Amino acid sequence: MLIRVEDLSFRYSRAKDYSLKNINLKVRKGEFLGILGASGSGKSTLCLTFNGIIPHSIKGEFRGDVYVKGYNTKETSVAKLSTIVGLVLQNPDSQLFNMTVEEEVAFGLENLGLDPEEIRRRMKWALRITGLEGLENEFPPNLSGGQKQRLAIASVLAMKPEILVLDEPTSQLDPLGKEQVLSLVTLLNKEQGITIILVEHNTEYLLSFADRVIVLDKGEIILEGKPKQVFEEVDVLVRLGIRVPASVRIAHEFKKRGILEKAALNEKELINRLKTLIKI
Amino acid sequence: MIEVKNLWHIYEGRKIALKDVSLTIENEILALVGPNGSGKTTLAKHLNGLLKPTKGDVIVDGINTKEASVAELSRIVGYVFQNPEHMFFEENVFKEVAFGPKNLGLSKDEIEKRVEWALRSVNLKGYEDRSPYSLSGGEKQRLAIACMLAMNPKYLILDEPTTGLDAKSAESVKEVIRKLKEKGHGIMLITHDMELVLELAERVVLLYEGIKVFDGTINEFFQLDLRNYDLDKPELLKISERLSVGFVRNINEFVTSLLRRMRA
Repeated sequence: MLIRVEDLSFRYSRAKDYSLKNINLKVRKGEFLGILGASGSGKSTLCLTFNGIIPHSIKGEFRGDVYVKGYNTKETSVAKLSTIVGLVLQNPDSQLFNMTVEEEVAFGLENLGLDPEEIRRRMKWALRITGLEGLENEFPPNLSGGQKQRLAIASVLAMKPEILVLDEPTSQLDPLGKEQVLSLVTLLNKEQGITIILVEHNTEYLLSFADRVIVLDKGEIILEGKPKQVFEEVDVLVRLGIRVPASVRIAHEFKKRGILEKAALNEKELINRLKTLIKI
Repeated sequence: MIEVKNLWHIYEGRKIALKDVSLTIENEILALVGPNGSGKTTLAKHLNGLLKPTKGDVIVDGINTKEASVAELSRIVGYVFQNPEHMFFEENVFKEVAFGPKNLGLSKDEIEKRVEWALRSVNLKGYEDRSPYSLSGGEKQRLAIACMLAMNPKYLILDEPTTGLDAKSAESVKEVIRKLKEKGHGIMLITHDMELVLELAERVVLLYEGIKVFDGTINEFFQLDLRNYDLDKPELLKISERLSVGFVRNINEFVTSLLRRMRA
């Protein structure tokens, strides 16, 4: 197991309630894990435990253990963990601070003390894979939203992490930007074999691409399984305030009326099922 | 009525952000859409005087924004920014919402009435003593709307009001917006969430590279090929088209229409 979370509970200093309660979770190498939950359910808090920001930089009451590639995060520095786990946040603007695209990607690498040749190689690779080749000398604030977020991903990728944790990376982007970032995530998982942990409100995407999905509610994992299993629980998801894909909401209505057997259908599957029913 | 007349805006030494845009806003829910960088926020900032036209005019209920202060205009036009977490500065929710009305010089009674009404409107009753920073994303967004409501502006601009919100919080924000429209407010939604537009908007203005390329009803809007403007149809409409169901605004309409066809 690449990640093992054991009986993890966390309470922010001065907070009354625990943000995470007794979480147990394993993530396999190469797996694509989706995390769902309403705002305040603990998604972001959980993401911050994978590279040690919790408990090292953000203080609070931390119980249980998180192991990343065998390292106990409590006993391992954030700098060390960052070479294994890359973290990408919601707002790309808050993650970019260099004058050019190239410097942005090189920044983390220089801090690793790599030789210039290796830095160049990794930088070229990261920019190519994120589709940012040709923009090396651009001023990051001048990029589009999708480009900025891909640059944030490129900077993290250049560190060659085995795991990429993305916390709502598309929520600030326009539809084109969302599509660019999500296709990139798919590519990194399927072609580069990078383990993905993704918090995403675009649940259509998780339904079609995630290997496994967990649902958090008030700091606890309350559903876990393949997307096809989790999205069958439409009533639970709706009650929790989770966005359910339109195709699933429609299928759910037909399932309630005994017309369809399954609710967890993506757009294509739903259209095909309904087409045979209305015979067009 | 807000009238935007032949508005141009050119940022200092930078590209032209708005090119000859004209539109009106009345008691309606108007969606201002377009990809990132199309000029939506620049346009919206003209409506309460945060930006002044490089050329052209913006007239808010008869007042030309060139001749009025932001303070005056913000009593008529409320602006709820995206990512509101940066705007809170009071120690609790009550004080945060009371801040605006207090500055208007209202009586203590009136302030309390307004805060109570504003918090109830956004389902934050009972949160009076909480610190704004302890709220979740959805709660912060609703608090930002409450702060504006307490000023009782006739027009409300909401920049991506449901971005980053889970479905339940988004639903309660949508409910607030519908209620405000019923009460006679004019609402401008700035968004690229096409599902939100489909559910909520009555009229749509589409900006692309600073130019108004479309102004019409929601039905007409979704007949455009949105891919040309880096936007995309909501999943519901795509499904509905593939099954020749026609224009529907929500899941219920779709299901009802398809069930009717199955029975026929």
